Amino acid sequence: MENLIRNEKIISDLLPQKFGKAGKIWVGVLTAICLVGLYAYYRQLRYGLIVTSMRDYVSWGIYISNFVFFVAISLVGSLITAVFRLAGVKWGSPLTRIAEIIAVAAIIFASLIIIVDMGSPERFYNLFIYGRIQSPIIWDVIVITTYFFISILLLYYPLLPDIQILLRFKESTGKRLYRFYSFIGSFWKGTAEQFELSEKAINILCIAIIPVAFTIHTVTSWLFATTYRPGWDSTNFGAYFIAGAFLVGAGAVVVAMYIFRRAYHLEKYITENHFEKMGRILVLLSLLYLYFNMNEFLTPFFKMKESEAAYLNGLFSGNFAPLFWFAILTGMIVPTLILLFKKGRKPLPVFIAGVMVVVGAWFKRYLIVTPTLLHPFLPMHDVPASYRHYFPSWEEWAITLGSLAGAMLIITVLARIFPIIPIQETITEQHETAE
Amino acid sequence: MNQENNSRRDFLLTGIAAATFAVGCNSKKDAFEAGAEAGAVASGRKVKLLSVDGEVIEVDEAFLKPVPHLPPVSNTEARIGIPGKKFVMVIDLSRCKNLKHCQSACNHAHELNPGENWIKVDPMQNADHTAPYWEPTTCMHCDEPPCVKVCPVDATFKREDGIVLIDSDRCIGCRFCMAACPYSARVFNWGEPDLPAEVAAQPYSAETSIPQKKGTVGKCDFCADMTREGMLPHCVSACPNGVFAFGDINEDSVTNGAETFRFSDLIRDKAGYRLMEDLGTKPSVYYLPPVSRNFPFESGLENDKTQNS
Repeated sequence: MENLIRNEKIISDLLPQKFGKAGKIWVGVLTAICLVGLYAYYRQLRYGLIVTSMRDYVSWGIYISNFVFFVAISLVGSLITAVFRLAGVKWGSPLTRIAEIIAVAAIIFASLIIIVDMGSPERFYNLFIYGRIQSPIIWDVIVITTYFFISILLLYYPLLPDIQILLRFKESTGKRLYRFYSFIGSFWKGTAEQFELSEKAINILCIAIIPVAFTIHTVTSWLFATTYRPGWDSTNFGAYFIAGAFLVGAGAVVVAMYIFRRAYHLEKYITENHFEKMGRILVLLSLLYLYFNMNEFLTPFFKMKESEAAYLNGLFSGNFAPLFWFAILTGMIVPTLILLFKKGRKPLPVFIAGVMVVVGAWFKRYLIVTPTLLHPFLPMHDVPASYRHYFPSWEEWAITLGSLAGAMLIITVLARIFPIIPIQETITEQHETAE
Repeated sequence: MNQENNSRRDFLLTGIAAATFAVGCNSKKDAFEAGAEAGAVASGRKVKLLSVDGEVIEVDEAFLKPVPHLPPVSNTEARIGIPGKKFVMVIDLSRCKNLKHCQSACNHAHELNPGENWIKVDPMQNADHTAPYWEPTTCMHCDEPPCVKVCPVDATFKREDGIVLIDSDRCIGCRFCMAACPYSARVFNWGEPDLPAEVAAQPYSAETSIPQKKGTVGKCDFCADMTREGMLPHCVSACPNGVFAFGDINEDSVTNGAETFRFSDLIRDKAGYRLMEDLGTKPSVYYLPPVSRNFPFESGLENDKTQNS
């Protein structure tokens, strides 16, 4: 930031704002999509998973791919917050809260969608009564829970100084919100000791969240890689998933940055420079992901083992080819090409590249889950014809879109309650720059 | 060893003598009459029975008493299995003509809904110029079961006697086992199974796998309830061509009902093998290659068309 902005100006710029007309419509639309999803889930609870298009061969469909997508996106919290902080990257601090909010919303819906996928969700507690530590699902339950709590804390601790500021504006916040702020943050007085303690705690969390973040996505990849199936039986899977997760997470952050910047007029805080730098990071990450994709597909393609040939041909030139090449081009190659140019790293093109990355990533997750299941070792023969292909039912689409809308709703609500850019941190940095 | 056998024999003889004595004290004519309901009157219709010592005896019908079925085993017992046994199945591909009597008997015995086949019969052809054959597949009851490894709640388990079963009262329906099974043996109850009310009301038994429940996984159970009673699984007895042979590897014998084979001889002489040996799952189901066939492959095509159209 070139010119010093006064403290009061910063505070008034960054205070959470009531929803305008557009905001209300946005929330209304998201809520409506969520309600349709809830109705579809009610039908699924009542009639069973028969309302989906999943059958004995494609026994995991878009719910599981959506789960992998959410876990992937949630990794961004650790990337932006922890990695930047530990590496001493100062310019990233206005983006930390956006990243953490996305991480929390995504990890909540990752947990929910895995329950949605269960055939007998009323027995969820069996995981705790009879849990077998040998099963990768239990590993996933443990690390996702851990990640959820660390992410919540990593959102909460840096919020405390900001809540102290928010508490000063009793009249404008409204009674209920004021009571909420007092409940979660009135103990914070902003003393030097408290700052020191919080600084320490945040550092510990930042260090802790990196291995946990790597674990959530590695373990998620192991849900597939611990089986024998063509396309999943890969030692590359953990790294491949992590690379993809960093990419989609960074993509989600630039999308959110652009939208918040426009909606709340934060041009002074989220500058073109931020887009320029995030653009560079996106290029790096998408090249990294491309590299892992080459590893994942080129070596099996070279060998064309009998058990994998049908699966690979299906992806490269068969039924799944349009989707496969769309995901590769849209999710990696085109964004890289856009962002390689200096003009491509202006806010709008970065935003467009981010959207492409996120959309490509969602379909990529679908391609990781479904085509493999349609290529079992023994022929799909002695079963009803509907078992031999998969296209999601309306209930599956409604629930999936509902979960995506739900995640965006959580992000929206958190942005309504809390300052989307850390106020205290911005003020401190202003002073540091001034001196 | 001999000594031991003798003493056991003596013990048995003493026991029988004691029993005879006890019967002898009674005024009634034979052991069956002693056990009959008080007031049963001889009907005059005689039934031929095989006695314990191998003699054929005639007993009046009126003195026969129905023996209640063995009480259903508890979940704990069902999880342990039958001590000392290790069940195996041998599927002789040279005898299969895709009749699917195995499948319909299985579906009937387990009250399965249409489309839920625990036994599948697939036309197989290993390469372009090799001969096609019919291959029935059941659950392989692997000794290194990938499904059991991944189950998060121990709902599917491996028993001492080699059988892999499912506890449908515990299954959470995550379907990880289905993804893990390379033989695609597992079937999911996507909706509420269409069952007669009295079947649906039964408490679930892992040995009978009845009743199947919405949102849980099912699969071939080697008819663990039948094996406990010393009977053959339904597919084995239903096949008129003797494709399936079932038995205990500890006794080294398998039978298809009509013929009994020494398991090791059969596997050696006919070059038995298991499916996907390279995966290391160690199945309990062995296959005999489709050589010197009883039926041409084409004889099974008609049946395939009607059922899989």
